[in-house]
Amino acid sequence: MFTWLHKLGSPPLLYRVAGRSTPWFKWTAFLLLALGLVGGLILAPPDYQQGDGFRIIYVHVPSAILSLAVFVLMAVAGAIGLIWRLRMAHAVAVAAAPLGAAFTFITLITGSLWGKPMWGTYWAWGPRLTSELVLLFLYFGYIAVINAFPNQRSGDRAGAIFAIIAAVDIPIIHYSVYWWTSLHQGASLSFTNSSISPAMLWPLLVMIVAFTLYFCWLLSIRLRTEILRRERRASWVRTLTITGAKNAKLA
Amino acid sequence: MFIELLRRELLIAWRRPGESGVPVIFFLVTVMLFPLGLSRSPELLRPMAPGIIWVVAFLAGMLGMQGLFRADYEDGTLEQLLLTPRPLTLVVLAKASGHWLVTGLPVVVGAGLVAGMLYVPSSGIVVMMLGLLLGTPILTLLATLVAALTLTLRQAAVLAPVLILPLAVPVLIFGAHSASSSTPGEINTQAFSALGAMLILAVSLLPPAAALALRISHEN
Repeated sequence: MFTWLHKLGSPPLLYRVAGRSTPWFKWTAFLLLALGLVGGLILAPPDYQQGDGFRIIYVHVPSAILSLAVFVLMAVAGAIGLIWRLRMAHAVAVAAAPLGAAFTFITLITGSLWGKPMWGTYWAWGPRLTSELVLLFLYFGYIAVINAFPNQRSGDRAGAIFAIIAAVDIPIIHYSVYWWTSLHQGASLSFTNSSISPAMLWPLLVMIVAFTLYFCWLLSIRLRTEILRRERRASWVRTLTITGAKNAKLA
Repeated sequence: MFIELLRRELLIAWRRPGESGVPVIFFLVTVMLFPLGLSRSPELLRPMAPGIIWVVAFLAGMLGMQGLFRADYEDGTLEQLLLTPRPLTLVVLAKASGHWLVTGLPVVVGAGLVAGMLYVPSSGIVVMMLGLLLGTPILTLLATLVAALTLTLRQAAVLAPVLILPLAVPVLIFGAHSASSSTPGEINTQAFSALGAMLILAVSLLPPAAALALRISHEN
């Protein structure tokens, strides 16, 4: 059952698999991004209340979904790395962390840009904003931990523990912040629950898939760099640098 | 084993009052700064008191955490503890309990004292101390995990608060509001239930994680 996992645990194989999948992720991501942007920015009708301002959701919502999903991915990869002692699982988590932090940052920025005309303020202590901000700090904490250890292996495993505990904590943080805001504010500053019209919905779904593929593309590039950095003393990396990256990609 | 370790912790703390007393003194001094910096009017201080006390209790917790494993690590005791056949989780739990009794409990008691100075009515003081009694052990357990993770690092003193504070956000929220949202007649049971649930979760989840973190740090 876990044989495929163990096979992918081999650095040269994972390097090649990531290299081969890179163009696929890249082109499907760009195609769907183009489709989603045309659908979201041109084809979808303006909102009856927010006008064209609502169109920021085509960037905001996919980033928000990924900001959470990437942290879960890091925790799962960290757990796999701790339990089955797969070094490459840690490499995936380490490669994903700055991307997740970037998505969190984009979510906060687009959210506050949308908030200025809609709510009249860049920042409100709403439940989602606050949990997203805490999530950004958790990403920073994870990146700080893995970089603090001089020894790669210890840094990986310490980061994995932090990611797992933080992933358990995220729902608690979210619930507590919700409870806190419902305590203080009468009206919640969230989207109304009215269902979104199909003309607006399909570009959003396309954009979510496109962002995920875009993440996979960046992740496979970063993962390859991370593998090379970790395995810089391994013989296969040396032959790779001697024979040239282009030939090795096909090998 | 648990009792013996706990006794040892308390004995060490008792013989080094200059070290173990620092967090509670820090707590009292820092709370004192708020009336000086803000205002001395009871109308302003009373609603802010729970928030001030909880935030400063958090910071006091950060202050003492470096001492959790550091001395044992430096004189080699930790290595002996890692080699014992008993579960390391138990060792960690004993050290965390000792640490809470030495640094957490005095802060809870001190909070009762300064709450009165911030014009909190006496019924409110009891509620706040109950909240702190549930909340500070969670903070100590989080500090135990992070202290174990950062044990061998040079930049531990800077890194540790950055790791703990976002994790501890729910404790602060439920803790501070367990006091501020309770009126003399009615206690906000929701917040207390949440604090209790988080304490149970922390007791069951964090000591094993901290034990693993200790092993990782030791291999580093």
